[in-house]
Amino acid sequence: MYYLTKNLASKISLLPMIIISLTVFVGCIIYSFIYSLTGSKLIPALNYVGFQQYERLFKSRKWDVAVENIFIYGFVFTIGCLVIGFLLAVLIDQKIRGESLFRTIFLYPYAMSFVVTGLVWKWVLNPTFGLEHSMHLWGFDWFKLDWLVNRELAIYAVCIAAVWQGAGFVMVLMLAGLRGIDEDIWKSLSIEGIPKWRSYLFVILPMIRPMVVTSIVLIAAGVVKVYDLILALTSGGPGYATTTPAMYVMENFFSRANLGQAFAASIIMFISVVCILAPWAYYEFYFRNKEAK
Amino acid sequence: MKKFFSIILTLFIPLSFTNASKAGGHMEAEVIHWWVSGGEQAAISKFAEAWKDMGGTWIDTAITGGDNARGTTVNRIIGGNPPTAAQFNISKQFVDLVEQGQLQSLEEVASAEGWRDFIYPPELIETCEFEGEFYCVPVNIHSAQWMWINNEVFEKAGVPKPNTIQDFIAVAPQIQDAGFIPLALGGQPWQEGLMFDVVASSTLGFPHMAKLYRDKDVEAFRDGKMEMVLQTYRDLNKFIDEGAPGRLWNDATAMVVEGKAAMQIMGDWARGEFAVAGKEAKVDYDCVIPGKEKYVALGGDVFVFPKNSDPKVKEIQLKMASMMVNPTVQANFNNAKGSLPMRLDVDTSAADACMQMGLELIQQPSAIMRENDDWNSPAFTSAWEDIISEFRNDPNYSVSAAMDDLEAVLTSGL
Repeated sequence: MYYLTKNLASKISLLPMIIISLTVFVGCIIYSFIYSLTGSKLIPALNYVGFQQYERLFKSRKWDVAVENIFIYGFVFTIGCLVIGFLLAVLIDQKIRGESLFRTIFLYPYAMSFVVTGLVWKWVLNPTFGLEHSMHLWGFDWFKLDWLVNRELAIYAVCIAAVWQGAGFVMVLMLAGLRGIDEDIWKSLSIEGIPKWRSYLFVILPMIRPMVVTSIVLIAAGVVKVYDLILALTSGGPGYATTTPAMYVMENFFSRANLGQAFAASIIMFISVVCILAPWAYYEFYFRNKEAK
Repeated sequence: MKKFFSIILTLFIPLSFTNASKAGGHMEAEVIHWWVSGGEQAAISKFAEAWKDMGGTWIDTAITGGDNARGTTVNRIIGGNPPTAAQFNISKQFVDLVEQGQLQSLEEVASAEGWRDFIYPPELIETCEFEGEFYCVPVNIHSAQWMWINNEVFEKAGVPKPNTIQDFIAVAPQIQDAGFIPLALGGQPWQEGLMFDVVASSTLGFPHMAKLYRDKDVEAFRDGKMEMVLQTYRDLNKFIDEGAPGRLWNDATAMVVEGKAAMQIMGDWARGEFAVAGKEAKVDYDCVIPGKEKYVALGGDVFVFPKNSDPKVKEIQLKMASMMVNPTVQANFNNAKGSLPMRLDVDTSAADACMQMGLELIQQPSAIMRENDDWNSPAFTSAWEDIISEFRNDPNYSVSAAMDDLEAVLTSGL
């Protein structure tokens, strides 16, 4: 009873949020699961077919490609943003002239929506009309840039566009961290005669760990929800070489009138996210509380 | 406590709005469609004008992209706030809505006006009729199986214009040597699927296609001809530029219009792009239906009328359905759209040379060809398209592997 009456006002004001979370999130998850067991097509219908939708999902070549892509994208995008973002931050940290100009240029892509980024890179990377074409016109006949239309490389073309957009943001975060380093640390490092690259890698980088963690969390959230970039850049093609789980779900929902399949795919997506988050949540809420006590 | 009440109040405000929007004026009709390009807007406005002349109010809800528009319609129906009328394709897209009892039967007006006597071809009645009642209004016919040819490019390359896909493959190397892209394609699954259907139907003929798409006849599928079609389809790949993936259909048409490419395989809606560019049919460009036997594929659009809890809406819906099949309205609409009307007693004197070809063909019942999506659910057609698209894009995807995967779709019961 004490727990209920303590801070009653705040609890009441939180109530709508709690109700919405429960009905919208938990309710929708349960709803999705129930209908993933049905043969629903255009509109939800309760004609149960057991786990047939899941069977179909796991047999689907397209779903395999989608899952593989999200791992490739997640890995390349995270590493790419961190490495390039950190390098840019270090370079800007060298007390260069026109720092604010460079900072603006590098951060600019982040101000654009993924759709714009996708369209820009689509034109740049198109072999018939884009950069490759221009290079040929200038006489560089050997130049070849067909990533976007090559099934093996198209997903990396998506990564390039994504890193181009995300790296500037990581740079700003890292730069803020670097600027927070005490001058005295640099002085002592130079007295010890440690080369600059080693100081950055082994002394400074561990010191800005919070910035790195923040960057990773923000990037990771971007990985799971990637949809618009790929839609604008490749629409999942060539063939379905760059499709992702989110696109698979959306397609089955809207254009393919295959609701049961879409629900099954989204439930699998949900389970995978939970599998990744659960250990972390356990640590945050349970383990830490124990430590605090 | 004041805050508490204001929160509760805010929660209920959205509810009060939904009720208000339902109260409509006299003959108010909201129509969801995906006709947003210049020519398409001109066409839908013919409906709107006719509706206004009848004293109605037309609320135009144009949504870019057929998928999005259909998605919106379904969501609105499930959400209990259905539009008065909504566009679908001549296909199985709306069968679920009929089966779930979500659509208004138009039988009253259909039998009173004798729709079954004048709707042509009768296959359209088949599309709209469920258990003896009309549930949709066909408004136009668009056919998919055309080759759009830039005459100048063929002249410059010094090769004859093709009549079949095989003819084209024979002359395409010379077009390539003359510095042109022989075949313009937008590498999106639906366009790749459309091109496959054209190759298949022009090679195999419609009766054989019906065995595949309608009867799911595995024996007919495995009689050795399909491998040939897939091989032909792969041969065409050599003549497509590598920038094709993801390209929109009208960008591919523009390549033909501008003389960068020699030909595009696309539906008759491509004609609009030539017209906008000021090109003249049979003079600047040519339209050819490939194959020895000529078919006109039966695609196009219908309007459906979702059931509404307000009984007054039904009256409005029946009036609108009757307006859409009116011969004068049909003539205005289809001349603006560049499509064929759904009845024969319509004035088509404004049609250009290419459209005349379609008009002549469609009057021969044996030349009418039904398509994959007339018989199959979107889930089936898109699973089929996925394989065709992969087959085009992945050179390591062998003909026999594609055959196995296509057979799996054919027998999947989707």
